[in-house]
Amino acid sequence: MSALQRLFGFHGGVKPAYHKEASTTAPIAVAPTPTRLVIPLHQSIGGPPRPLVKPGERVLKGQRIGSADGNVSSAVHASTSGTVVAVEMCLMPHTSGLSALCVVIEPDGRDEWIALQAFDYRAATPTQTRDYLRDAGVVGLGGAVFPTYLKLNAGKQGKLETLVLNGAECEPFITCDDVLMRERADAILRGAVIMREMLAAGQVLVGIEDNKPEAVAAMEAAARAVNAASGDDAIRVVAVPTRYPAGGAKQLIRVLTGIEVPHGERSTDYGVQCFNVGTAYAIHEAIELGQPLISRIVTVAGNVGHARNYQVLFGTPMKDLIALCAPLPDSDRVIMGGPMMGFLMPADQVPVVKATNCVLVGSKKLFPPPPPEMPCIRCGECAKVCPADLQPFEMYWFSRARIFGKAQEYNLFDCIECGCCAYVCPSRIPLVDYYRFAKSEIWTREVEKEAADEARERYEFRLLREEREKQEKAAKLAAKTAAGREKAAAAVAEAQKPAVTPEEDAKKALIAAALERVKTQKELVHPENTVDLTPEQQAEVAAIEARRAEIREMAKPHLRQDD
Amino acid sequence: MNNSPYFLQPASVQSVMLRVLLALLPGIAIYVWFFGAAVLVQIALASVTALAAEAAMLKARGKPLLMFLGDGSALVTAWLIALTFPPIAPWWLTVIGVLTAIVIAKHLYGGLGQNPFNPAMVAFALMIVAYPSLMSQWPAVGFTDFLPQWNAIFGTRQLDAITMATPLDALRTALHTADARATVAGVLGNDATFGNIGGKGWEWVAAGYFLGGIYLLQQRIITWHMPAAFLATLFLISGGFALYDPTRFVGPSFHLFTGGAMLGAFFIVTDPVSGCTTPRGKLIFAAGIALLTWVIRTFGAYPDGIAFAVLLMNIAAPLIDMYTQPPVFGHKNKRGGPP
Repeated sequence: MSALQRLFGFHGGVKPAYHKEASTTAPIAVAPTPTRLVIPLHQSIGGPPRPLVKPGERVLKGQRIGSADGNVSSAVHASTSGTVVAVEMCLMPHTSGLSALCVVIEPDGRDEWIALQAFDYRAATPTQTRDYLRDAGVVGLGGAVFPTYLKLNAGKQGKLETLVLNGAECEPFITCDDVLMRERADAILRGAVIMREMLAAGQVLVGIEDNKPEAVAAMEAAARAVNAASGDDAIRVVAVPTRYPAGGAKQLIRVLTGIEVPHGERSTDYGVQCFNVGTAYAIHEAIELGQPLISRIVTVAGNVGHARNYQVLFGTPMKDLIALCAPLPDSDRVIMGGPMMGFLMPADQVPVVKATNCVLVGSKKLFPPPPPEMPCIRCGECAKVCPADLQPFEMYWFSRARIFGKAQEYNLFDCIECGCCAYVCPSRIPLVDYYRFAKSEIWTREVEKEAADEARERYEFRLLREEREKQEKAAKLAAKTAAGREKAAAAVAEAQKPAVTPEEDAKKALIAAALERVKTQKELVHPENTVDLTPEQQAEVAAIEARRAEIREMAKPHLRQDD
Repeated sequence: MNNSPYFLQPASVQSVMLRVLLALLPGIAIYVWFFGAAVLVQIALASVTALAAEAAMLKARGKPLLMFLGDGSALVTAWLIALTFPPIAPWWLTVIGVLTAIVIAKHLYGGLGQNPFNPAMVAFALMIVAYPSLMSQWPAVGFTDFLPQWNAIFGTRQLDAITMATPLDALRTALHTADARATVAGVLGNDATFGNIGGKGWEWVAAGYFLGGIYLLQQRIITWHMPAAFLATLFLISGGFALYDPTRFVGPSFHLFTGGAMLGAFFIVTDPVSGCTTPRGKLIFAAGIALLTWVIRTFGAYPDGIAFAVLLMNIAAPLIDMYTQPPVFGHKNKRGGPP
């Protein structure tokens, strides 16, 4: 099957040591339920869900505890049955150490499911199915956690050429997709069949790096069965050359179809959509078993005695998970994700969330601190390996000099932060840090500019209003004077004539209307984004500010080296 | 505390520079065979001067001494100066050249990675303008006695008996100043300076540099673009003019295998700091150097044109880079369809 597939290359890429064997020797194990689950409400891209439970409430396994809020959001569920002990701010699995609203559940040990019912997606409209998946909390499990229901939309043409399933898993150490494909290939493809129907996709291409022959074989066997049943040979498993970052969605789409989806555009406009294999599995669970997304496969690897993959309930502290794997005594950090793109955790008690594909235990020996940074010698190694065809050293140059406009001209925002450039740099420059810094500075400036624009508009409106009020006052005064004169004349002639003339009445109404207009307009320009915030939103705003300050702080030593 | 990526490929500026030095060794060995050990004295002299100047400048600029002194970049500059200057040049010529390169062309522009001009070529250009005759005296091929060469370097006067002009110089002088009937074939046939395809001895040294260049390509320290564009352009333009008038224009083999052509193609033109960085830019940059080199060699007054050609193209490098940016992922074909 795979021999027939024409493959395309992508520019650049690197071949780091993969370290994948250690965690693939044993099958997936179920991680024990911890004594306390801390389930963050905000586990996907988009708006944070609203909490649906209160402390003291009993919840069942799979019960919705956070409902999707807004157009881009995804629901969150209780991972097991038990009692909600708190809905409070807890430390998140995020480098900055920010806290966010979490539902803390004390499991009752009974692991009691809600009433499970499969969803008949064939009888439902596509919108209903999408809403169902949103409420089932299904998000992209490759690490980006984008709400899946939003991607299950065939776009302008109403159909797609190709549905790509991403099983490439190019990051070193991570094997959660590998073992999932080895052990649950049928279920993954059942999910893929549902996706294919929803997207009206012509073919399904499963891209797997060729360093995972067992996964390729398992998926091929499952694909044969599905193809035989459907009779249209639509699902093809393709072994792609092992080269980081072949598992980047855009890179994999390029390798399998030759299509390059530009930054900021929808892949569906190019007739292709890409999902992680774990997401396909989650769709199968949600639709065919009625189970919302409450757990995922997580690789625990790195500086541990027994690296392994676990089925982990969301909310399980990483600490508990690491303890299962005999961490070595010199372990000094926990990274979520792989060594190329992973994030340093602020502490090891942070919970496993939907984005947690790997809990990587680090040590000084495994990930030695980089040697001192040298000046860039423009050797161009970074450009050779950049999978986005960028000129990383130019972006570095301008980011470092804070010439952000030029950095953007060199397509800074096309950078996928894969880390290839920093990986090969002979001057050991933490290039990706510079890009993150530049991006966050640009974002900050855009926000500030928006705020300034708003302030200027407010100010201009005030001037306008004052001018108008002045005119109205003058008109009023003129009217008054005129009326006074009239009145005086009238008083002489006729003392009991009504004081208010019809003319005056109309003027008053006009003024009242003007004032009303001013008032409503004033309300309109009120900064609605920053009022009536919930405590969590306020906390998030504060956290974002803190993160920005931290990034600036981090960037300072690099910037001070300037001559 | 650091951010991803958490592990890095073992590579360093030092290892890049050391491999460049290693790649120079075959050429140097052949050089010694044909022209004597004087070049080794020059290399030592240049290296010591370069390291001293580098250390002094780093100290003056308040930079960490050991980290930068060990990066090897000063040594590469020093070796290139020693190899492009005449091996029997007086010691102070080399010392001034190296000081110019390290102090002015490198550190006053901001140090490693910041210099817009190739430091070794700045030194060469300055010295050939200031001391044209000293910069043109080469030891005669086969005259490898060490003592006279040593005396030439450290003595007070030049020993004319052991020197001769370089093949490029000899040919140019013969064609320009001798009687109008002088032809390329006539000059090449009547002089011991000339070898089978290039200059006598020179052609073998060039072969040594070529070998080193292949090593640099294999090590992926340089890409094929610059050497290929440089050599191909030099070949085409000299070949074209030699076909047009073989009596006045010498053929491509002579151009490629004399003077600094081969050293330039792999070790000088390819300097990443002062050159172009985009693939198309590299081709244009190197082709431009080849073109200018041929023009200066053929019509100019200097024995070799590479230094001036490199400096002129260094000026143009940022502009060339700007106009040759490769398309970014997804920007190649606006439709995004298969290529």
